[in-house]
Amino acid sequence: MSAAAIKLVELNKGFGQTPIIRGVNLEIAKGERHAIIGPNGAGKSTLFHLISGRYTPTSGEILLNGERIEGKPPYEIFRRGLSRSFQITNIFPRLSVFENVRCGLMWTMGYGYAFWKVVEAEKTLNDKADEILERIGLTGRRDTPAGVLTYAEQRALEIGITIAGDAEVIILDEPTAGMSASETSEMVKLIRNVTEGKTLVMVEHDMGVVFDLADKISVLVYGRVIASDAPARIRENADVQEAYLGTEYLADA
Amino acid sequence: MTDIKYLKSGGHWRRWFIGLAVVAVVVALLPLLFGSPFAVAVMTQMGIAIVFALSYNMLLGQGGMLSFGHAVYFGFGGYFAIHVMNYLSDSGVPIPLPFLPVFGGLAGLLLGLCLGSFSTRRAGTVFAMISLGLGELMFSAGNIFSRFFGGEEGISGDRTGPVEFFGFNFAREIQVYYLVAFWVLAAGFLIYLYTRTPVGRLSNAVRDNEERLEFIGYSQRNIRLITLAGSGLFAGIAGSLTAIAYEILTVEALSGHTSGNVLVMTFLGGVGVFFGPIIGAIVLNLLSTVLSTLTTLWLLYLGILFLFIVLFLPGGIASLIMMHRPVLATGRLKSLLVPYLMAALYGVILLSGLIGLLEMAHFAKFAAVGNTTMEFLGWVLDIETVLPWALFGGLAVAGVVLIKKHIPVVAAAYHDAVTGGIAQDAKGKVGEAEA
Repeated sequence: MSAAAIKLVELNKGFGQTPIIRGVNLEIAKGERHAIIGPNGAGKSTLFHLISGRYTPTSGEILLNGERIEGKPPYEIFRRGLSRSFQITNIFPRLSVFENVRCGLMWTMGYGYAFWKVVEAEKTLNDKADEILERIGLTGRRDTPAGVLTYAEQRALEIGITIAGDAEVIILDEPTAGMSASETSEMVKLIRNVTEGKTLVMVEHDMGVVFDLADKISVLVYGRVIASDAPARIRENADVQEAYLGTEYLADA
Repeated sequence: MTDIKYLKSGGHWRRWFIGLAVVAVVVALLPLLFGSPFAVAVMTQMGIAIVFALSYNMLLGQGGMLSFGHAVYFGFGGYFAIHVMNYLSDSGVPIPLPFLPVFGGLAGLLLGLCLGSFSTRRAGTVFAMISLGLGELMFSAGNIFSRFFGGEEGISGDRTGPVEFFGFNFAREIQVYYLVAFWVLAAGFLIYLYTRTPVGRLSNAVRDNEERLEFIGYSQRNIRLITLAGSGLFAGIAGSLTAIAYEILTVEALSGHTSGNVLVMTFLGGVGVFFGPIIGAIVLNLLSTVLSTLTTLWLLYLGILFLFIVLFLPGGIASLIMMHRPVLATGRLKSLLVPYLMAALYGVILLSGLIGLLEMAHFAKFAAVGNTTMEFLGWVLDIETVLPWALFGGLAVAGVVLIKKHIPVVAAAYHDAVTGGIAQDAKGKVGEAEA
């Protein structure tokens, strides 16, 4: 059996005296769509920062496809096939939408730190970037500076940059944060489309999105995973209901 | 969308070479227009400054790295080049003078790699402070290691020493002009091409958002290091051209003054556009060579201009030009002619008043005791009479009032020119809808 896409072993992270992540064990299989939920301050974003290399864990192991990656810089982790998006939009504001996506493509397409090629001559690269713009629905905004896009468009671009490099494992930090209902349903469609055949891990507050997209849900409370199971069983889990969601909240979803 | 067409037709190279050829023809013909030895010397100096400023903008405009010590690469490249020049003269190794910038450039590149290995760890204030420290360090080193830097007298050379290049020995200034012009075109073209490479694009990305870059596979530090090394290469080329043109290098070339100068030039011209630093280099050198022969107050005027740009035109002179691209698209450039000419007229009124006052005040303070008559624009005036003060004061006040009144007119004209009058139509429609 092949190794899990992501495996966390006794993962701990504290800031000073304050423990944020307290012994997380989690296994996410290849091709799974995994949602991580939990109340505010549970450590969901911290967990993502640990997995993606923004933070170094205090102790414990992080395995990506069976290889340990904890403490490696973000670009190393990206090169091993994990790409992430950010909760607070994190794009290149003065570059055009097209350039944003093209930058996301360069490493995977083998450009490295090339200074002997001009991008205008790289047809495959440019075509691929246009193709991604098509998929995220921003073709009409191709030459607009990314900083002047609407919020929903910036969120779509955020996803576009994340998936451009064709990483096998995609982690999305609250992709629908701050969106209206119709924007959210567009985003769900987009996520489903662009993560086809990949492993998806996401933090999400919108329970509609979670139960719609996820094959499996983990509940994080005060830095611990209290349950990790199929959506239907999470819904019935008494601990989860007590710790976080409340019966009504789950019944609505 | 026009970009797509260019991409697909592969027309970018053709476009770039046509641009280069046009500039080359202009540069080649300039000495026919401005043939005096003084003009040729000024243009040579401008050429060197253009390469230096373009190299600086690789850091500031492209990579978002504010450096207070860019003279380090310029000076080191220049010193290295002048030593190579002396070596070639003494040994007779058959490398002609035009190849000298290759050596100076490589020296700048290597120094960039060495210093960049630690100065590029962080961007922003940290990088700026390290660059300041390194600048001071190299400047003191220049005073201490006199074998290489020549101490107070500097190192001098003889550009006619190396073997002749197709019969040219570069004794004449005009030959030096063409040598410098060749390198300006080559360096300018290469720096432009660099901005179109993957690393060049990524250096824009690191400027915009260094953190995100790490999450798409790139080390921000490596991008900055490559940018700095490239910038050092071209600064070294500019330094070598200095060695060729002036046949001497002193520690002044490494100083904070030189670093400040290139910062002012680049900012004046505009960091956001490729040709901005070129404009800045030309303007600053015009001021420091031509204006300085007219008035001792030229540095004050330069300071006022710089302040004006920083306060009111942070995109530099180039941004004024770029503002008119949308107007070109609507084809309404002509409609701006009259408002602009009026603005220019009011500007002249204001400036003549201000300059008159400043020059008189300066004269009153520094002229010999008892001497009260000065000449200003061919007018002999007595500074102890009321008339000139009243006249220039009146001009200055009138200029301010006129310009204040005229600003909304220009703004409205510009707005109309950009929107092509669409805004008014739209307003009309809204009005109807409400009715």
